[in-house]
Amino acid sequence: MNHCYVGVDIGASRTKVAVLDLKKNLVGYNVRRSGIDFSKTAEECLQASLKMAGRTKADTAGVVSTGYGRKNVLFAQETKSEIACHGKGSYFYFPLAITIIDIGGQDNKIIKLDEAGRRTGFKMNRKCAAGTGGFLEEMAFRLEVPLDEMSSLASRSTNMVKLGSFCTVFSATEVLENIRSGKRLEDIVKGVFFSMIQRVLEMDSLTENVVMTGGVVENNPYIVTMTEELIGRKILVSKHPQLAGAIGAALYAIDLFPLKSEEL
Amino acid sequence: MAKEEVEIRRLKTAQDIVRFMSDYYHELDDATKSGKRKIAWCTSVGPAEILRGMGFLIYFPETHSAMLGSTRMATELIPKANAIGYSPEICSYLTADIGAYLQGVTPLSKAFPGIERIPGCDVLVFNTNQCRDVQDWFAWYSRRFGVPSVGIETHRNIGKVTPMHVSSIAEQMESIVEPLERIAGRKLDMEELKNAVALSRQCSDLWEQCLATAAAVPSPLTFFDGTTLMGPAVVGRGTQKAVDVYKLLLEELNERVTQKVGVINNERYRIYWDGMPVWGRLGMHSKLFAGLNASVIASTYCSSWIFSALDPAAPFESMARAYSELFIVRSDEYKENYIKEKLRFFQCDGIVYHDAKTCPNNSNCRYGLPLRLQAHTNIPSLIINGDLNDLRFLSDEQTKTNIEAFIEQLEESKN
Ligand code: SF4
Repeated sequence: MNHCYVGVDIGASRTKVAVLDLKKNLVGYNVRRSGIDFSKTAEECLQASLKMAGRTKADTAGVVSTGYGRKNVLFAQETKSEIACHGKGSYFYFPLAITIIDIGGQDNKIIKLDEAGRRTGFKMNRKCAAGTGGFLEEMAFRLEVPLDEMSSLASRSTNMVKLGSFCTVFSATEVLENIRSGKRLEDIVKGVFFSMIQRVLEMDSLTENVVMTGGVVENNPYIVTMTEELIGRKILVSKHPQLAGAIGAALYAIDLFPLKSEEL
Repeated sequence: MAKEEVEIRRLKTAQDIVRFMSDYYHELDDATKSGKRKIAWCTSVGPAEILRGMGFLIYFPETHSAMLGSTRMATELIPKANAIGYSPEICSYLTADIGAYLQGVTPLSKAFPGIERIPGCDVLVFNTNQCRDVQDWFAWYSRRFGVPSVGIETHRNIGKVTPMHVSSIAEQMESIVEPLERIAGRKLDMEELKNAVALSRQCSDLWEQCLATAAAVPSPLTFFDGTTLMGPAVVGRGTQKAVDVYKLLLEELNERVTQKVGVINNERYRIYWDGMPVWGRLGMHSKLFAGLNASVIASTYCSSWIFSALDPAAPFESMARAYSELFIVRSDEYKENYIKEKLRFFQCDGIVYHDAKTCPNNSNCRYGLPLRLQAHTNIPSLIINGDLNDLRFLSDEQTKTNIEAFIEQLEESKN
């Protein structure tokens, strides 16, 4: 048998699946829009990642699900909160006392772990899009810029426009106001990223080592650069920041469902 | 993580409390219909004893608002008050209650058959010890009904309660006697007042003892039970009936303690709740915690009706002291020490703060207190955002994830 462990992270916006082999190597993964049928998306995402890993469902020794739709994963044996999974997935790559900043499609989290990987606290954002991927999408739409061009546009800014408001709707008005008054697009887009990261940083204090995760971070590397400038130190980012939760879930599966020696 | 079904043991005395509340509202209803007794509307920590000393029946609109919350009628009614200029960001007890009045509905009619409307009102009596909203709330009814609203304006942010605080409040209390006598159509009877103070004190002591039984492991009582069991301590203080029903409750709780019967079977985590309940989610939250083997055993909120300073020998002075010693009127330093002591007494593993959008007065997590307390006690904390009545300020999914993740964190630290 070619055993593997699977973590499924169903966010309100994207579903992520990670497949780990017995040595905890990432051998397969897939990301797609969660849509409205979470169970179906999870299944499709699983199939695609198992295919990438060269495995079948029969090879899976354990599946843990996490995220907003965690209860909709019919093939998962256990569920864990996304806070726990992001912590575990991040600590795996950075085994230090860390503060994790996760910027997801619909919410943000700040999670603090001690040097042993134990959680010492966490915060999730309020019931508002400010600082989330949803905010970025809304602003891209308003500015008529494809979402995947926002990051590179912002990096070309020379004179950032500051957006003052907490609120997505108010910010949209501010953005339009700035367009009308002739401000450069890249300067406005940089302001959008700045506003996002401000909303996240005001949620909690940071410890020395900071890790960033989440789809927004993976797709917009500029937000990491900007955060580094703001906090004055390097930020740790894994190869697949969007998969942190799914990898954490798969790592939980390894802990929870160990193979018996005869199965190895 | 959460198990689907968990057994939550109900207290038998809860039925007696339901009967108590039913009798209480029926008495008010009879008086409204017959016009035979004067009715005063009073804030929940207002000077009820003075009113009893003049023979008033007392109605507490806050309990009505809590019912609007727990029946989940509030969210539909709040917009009615918003539409007449009362902001969605102010007390949602106030907005739900005024909204219900404007709409002509009350949860009393469903809960207590035979009652069709809220009690009549001869006078409104407030104490701003809890907040300024009560004054504005009563002012609205005062204008609407054309009846007077009188009250006590309290000091706020009190560190140590000094003789200056006490005498100024006692003076205000004495000064409302005469206008109230005019409405009551009789004099304040000092013996009746002293008796009411004595009964209030007994009620308060018994309620305090009931809450203290939650220090036992496993706890025989949860915060979620407490929010309804405290009904008589709010509406019945100063009466013998409230004393009697709490004697029964205490007996049952002590029996549970002796037999080591908890509310849930596997009490692995003991949680302190700070802030108001989310009335429309009492059942959901109670099941959520129970499913995670967590018992929310103590709270600041349920302890708000403990008035240990009451003394029949000095009614005005002791009322002034008791109503100024309340947690809600005190400084953050006092609050921090108070919660610290509760965490120790009840052997809590964690603390959940409810940041209620429309009640800053009962949300103690807005000025850095959680982090200060955590630094002193090493007890982890969680803040959830929500509201007492307005479910538009709530995300159930976010609350659930937060609480599950918090209990996971406690689990990790126990292992
Ligand atoms: S203390 Fe809070 S809930 Fe109570 S009346 Fe005042 S604002 Fe409303």
